[in-house]
Amino acid sequence: MPDTILVVVEQREGKLNRVSWETITAGQAIAAATGWTLEAAVVGGNASTFAAEVAAKKVAKVYAVESPKLEPYTPDAFAAALKQLLTAKQPKLVLMPHTYQVRDFVPKLATAMGRAVISDCIGFKHENGKLVFTRQMFQGKFAADVSFTSDAPWFATFQNGAFRGDKAEAGASAAPIETVSVEIADGVVRNKPQEVFKEAKQAVDLTQAEIIVSVGRGIKEQKNVEIAKQLADALGGDLAASRPICDNGWLPMDRQIGSSGQTVAPKLYLALGISGAIQHIVGMKGSRTIIAVNKDSEAPIFEIADYAIVGNLFDIVPPLIEEVKKARAGS
Amino acid sequence: MKQVPQKDAPLKLNETAAWIREDVSYEVNEPDAFALEEALRQKEKHGGEVVVITSGPARAQQVLREALAKGADRAIHLEDNAFVGLDAFNTAKAFAAAIKDETFDLVFTGLQSDDYGYAQTGVILAELLGWPHATIIMQIEKTDGGIRVKRELEAGFFQFVDMPLPAVLTIQSGINKLRYATLIGIKQAKNKPLRKVALAEVQSAIGENLQKIERLYVPQKTKKTEHIEGTPSEIAKKLVDKLRNELRVL
Repeated sequence: MPDTILVVVEQREGKLNRVSWETITAGQAIAAATGWTLEAAVVGGNASTFAAEVAAKKVAKVYAVESPKLEPYTPDAFAAALKQLLTAKQPKLVLMPHTYQVRDFVPKLATAMGRAVISDCIGFKHENGKLVFTRQMFQGKFAADVSFTSDAPWFATFQNGAFRGDKAEAGASAAPIETVSVEIADGVVRNKPQEVFKEAKQAVDLTQAEIIVSVGRGIKEQKNVEIAKQLADALGGDLAASRPICDNGWLPMDRQIGSSGQTVAPKLYLALGISGAIQHIVGMKGSRTIIAVNKDSEAPIFEIADYAIVGNLFDIVPPLIEEVKKARAGS
Repeated sequence: MKQVPQKDAPLKLNETAAWIREDVSYEVNEPDAFALEEALRQKEKHGGEVVVITSGPARAQQVLREALAKGADRAIHLEDNAFVGLDAFNTAKAFAAAIKDETFDLVFTGLQSDDYGYAQTGVILAELLGWPHATIIMQIEKTDGGIRVKRELEAGFFQFVDMPLPAVLTIQSGINKLRYATLIGIKQAKNKPLRKVALAEVQSAIGENLQKIERLYVPQKTKKTEHIEGTPSEIAKKLVDKLRNELRVL
């Protein structure tokens, strides 16, 4: 029997989280490279509802893992349910999206099975029969190829955007669905989650912005945020920031771009003094054009920039504001 | 807590090409600074003791000294260069072994580290201790039966979770405002207890790494980047030309 890859998809708010399709694409690519069989699992109180949607993709089988204890999500129940599934089905490789929910339970699940997770991967390589996973380290300054040195199951999670969800191949016919009812004993689930909610004052929707001027640590002090605001105003764009700026209270949280803030794809993203940590980049790498200003020529933001300006933003921005104003006045 | 290379430190590969040269400047992992601050605030509200723990070579003691200066009561240092190369699984195992005789109510970690970025050690430690956990925490309140925490979810969502103690929480950056150490704090820190744990003391608890960095390298660019150079005013003119004629946003 060939080895098996199992993709565990994620649902959120009664819908499949679309990053699940990216992980399916990743699974299909690894299956093609290794010749292993690809299967998928949906976990939750109403897993069968979503299983059919997943079964339409090119996968050999879909498991609908069900228990009333899986609603609402808790790390205790998810780890217990998946441990039962993995112990029974013995896949070689288990893939999941690197979401906040997966981060919450997969290290626990792997530890309960005496195994490790290579987390937040951006790709894989299959070299001379050996599977290695590529991930960023040191805030994106380096990439690392990482291999498993333990027995199966191996766990890997993929960063949001690492694969194209719309490239997930459809199957010739619907894959069979196997419902797996798991037993989760009383007392296993210790946390009591309340309803999910959104903070009411999310006032700014940056996802619709065409031009975004975004500031990072390089802005140094709160009073300096003003020059970025002036540039944004001159360009007719919106002001945004990386997480540390919002953590400091220099701009409100709803201006934050990145994994914990908004994900944007404007025509122009102008990054001022942003080093380009992974958590920020996942929120803006879909921008059509990225201009980065940073005094550190090695800053990871330059890896994804279309136009790079290595220099002090306090020297660059004032004349830029003037030139933009001149251009506007002249047009 | 963990000591990591400073954010803007220029990093170079060492001769193994699987790790960096360690002759760089270090600082405390930023999320861990927020975890410490939260522990100090909880102590100020509810009493008790704050203990800080780190693993790493002698240089990592600096992280503990700073924490003691800010108000932590005592420190534990798993001191050996070998700890730097441990994976998250074995790091958590070493911590679990080092604190086996302690009776903590809460263990805080930062939500991830700025070097490896695995975002796993806290959750693994919870499982090894047999404790419940919650991740990416933005608020902690004491309740009758335990604690109520506010978890940050994605896309601007949050959730309150009630949980019993003892528990492990991974703390999100920005949960609080960091304090600075005072002069008197720095002075007092010198007399606070710091327990050193040698590798040999926890060796039996840890095993071979379950994952291995085969190689470390500067990532290959996927995008063609055009550098714009000159004096600031030349750069401004060139950029505006691009904005107007190529990007057509002006």
